[in-house]
Amino acid sequence: MVGLAMSDVKSETIDDDMYQENILDHYKNPRHKKVSTHCTFQHHEVNPVCGDMLTFYVDVSDGKIRDISFSGHGCAISQASASLLAEYLYGKPILVLKKLKPEVVYTLLGITISLGRVKCAMLSFVTLTKAYENYLGGKETDNEIKKLK
Amino acid sequence: MKSTTPKIEQNRGKSVTKVEHNQLATKIKNDFPLLISSAKPLFYLDSTATTQKPKVVIDAETKYYTTTNANVHRGLYTLAENATIEYENARARVASFINAKSEEVIFTSGTTASINMLARMLENTVQVGDEIVVTIMEHHSNFLPWQQLALRRNAVLKIIPITTEYTLDIDAARKIISAKTKIVACTYVSNVLGTINPIVELVGMAKKVGAISVIDAAQAAAHLKIDVEKLGCDFLAFSGHKMLAPTGIGVLYGKRARLDSLEPVNFGGEMVKEATLQHISWNDLPWKFEAGTPNIAGAIGFGKAIEYLQSLPLDKLHLHLRQLTSYALEQMQAVPGVEIIGPIKGARAPVISFTMGTAHPHDIAEICNKFGVCIRAGYHCAMPLHTSLAISATARVSFYIYNTKEDVDMLITALRKVNEVFA
Repeated sequence: MVGLAMSDVKSETIDDDMYQENILDHYKNPRHKKVSTHCTFQHHEVNPVCGDMLTFYVDVSDGKIRDISFSGHGCAISQASASLLAEYLYGKPILVLKKLKPEVVYTLLGITISLGRVKCAMLSFVTLTKAYENYLGGKETDNEIKKLK
Repeated sequence: MKSTTPKIEQNRGKSVTKVEHNQLATKIKNDFPLLISSAKPLFYLDSTATTQKPKVVIDAETKYYTTTNANVHRGLYTLAENATIEYENARARVASFINAKSEEVIFTSGTTASINMLARMLENTVQVGDEIVVTIMEHHSNFLPWQQLALRRNAVLKIIPITTEYTLDIDAARKIISAKTKIVACTYVSNVLGTINPIVELVGMAKKVGAISVIDAAQAAAHLKIDVEKLGCDFLAFSGHKMLAPTGIGVLYGKRARLDSLEPVNFGGEMVKEATLQHISWNDLPWKFEAGTPNIAGAIGFGKAIEYLQSLPLDKLHLHLRQLTSYALEQMQAVPGVEIIGPIKGARAPVISFTMGTAHPHDIAEICNKFGVCIRAGYHCAMPLHTSLAISATARVSFYIYNTKEDVDMLITALRKVNEVFA
């Protein structure tokens, strides 16, 4: 599991606008939500506390993310974050995924995440990071992941 | 308080909460510092996870530490003797609460510790090919210890399913419990469905085939009168913190004859009478199974919680909880999209799990929180049940003696907001 520092949590206070139009739109009409059978790498993660499930599929060629998609189910925050992240990474160099940080996800969500929802918000990040870890394979992975933090 | 014969009030089929009972619960709320001192009004609907603590229990723990603290069954000085007396008095109170003898009540850190220890104690009872029977509605703490025991002993874990009405499939139980069965472990009350299981019948089936019966009473102890003599079970486990006591204290009850024949699995201080290089003899019951310094303050708090409960008009409060549950079920079902996961009719515990269309339980709980309504969302430590129902997660509300109609009304306001957000 990729470690998440408490400093990643913006605030404990619950904002009235957690369920902003943008979040709800990505939850109800998720982008890039499909199972892929021909991807370069993929990974499945669960959040055991609430039962959120996510699989990310990434197809790479010429150092670029040619396609990216996800499948699964969960709360508005976990699903919207997956949709937003897929949209953000689509077509970008693989280097962007390599250097991906939690802050990017928080910025994409654009809302205050309460302490209890950090795991929901970060499920997509953790799944993608692990997927990339699989892609790199072996011992090299740990080092690469450490660099990511 | 005048005692009147409890009557279920009915109003043309509509559930109502009796004003007198609601006032009683409102008054009881004042005994709970946390519930009345919160800056923002608090609607605590998660007592199935843990109950709030009355001031008398908090004070009992503090009093112990400030006036009586010493290790039990060890010191010869007055202070230590007093600590021992208070600790053993607490045991006697807990024992009488379930109609057991003191030596049959082993203090543990809670239901989970009780069942895990028991599964170790019963290690040699299970041989290759034997069967252990549990139900699909078990909490992980009465599922995983038996699953792991079965794996260790190359035994078979058999699962009793539930019916479409969310009750235990008793016909299936009759077929599953056989001469091969060595242990039958079942929850008295489901922490997800609120279903009350026919424990006497199940214990009877276990007895008939010579199997050991184990009851998880973690939820039941708070809501039902527990009488181990009447239940006839071999073992029963429950926790203090789900019935007003502090966390970290619970009970493993075992029939005297069963406990006598079993070996301890935890070794250390207190549990041994004589220990030499050549010879060892275990302490008497129940201390044989209580290695190490116990949670003395917790046990004393547990005793005080029971004393407090017994000082209340419990019949009235249980009736209030039944009425509150009916009222909640009716109000919740009137909210579009709400689907109750559990029995609607008949006897049930004040635990209601539900789903709401496209709104994920986590989001339901989040919105409830904005209204100060504390509810649970997720698997509730019962993943096999959720998987069997093909539900990824549920939201859950539960009530205890301090909950009122006002708590339910605020829940309904919050649930209507959920629909607004996720419309």
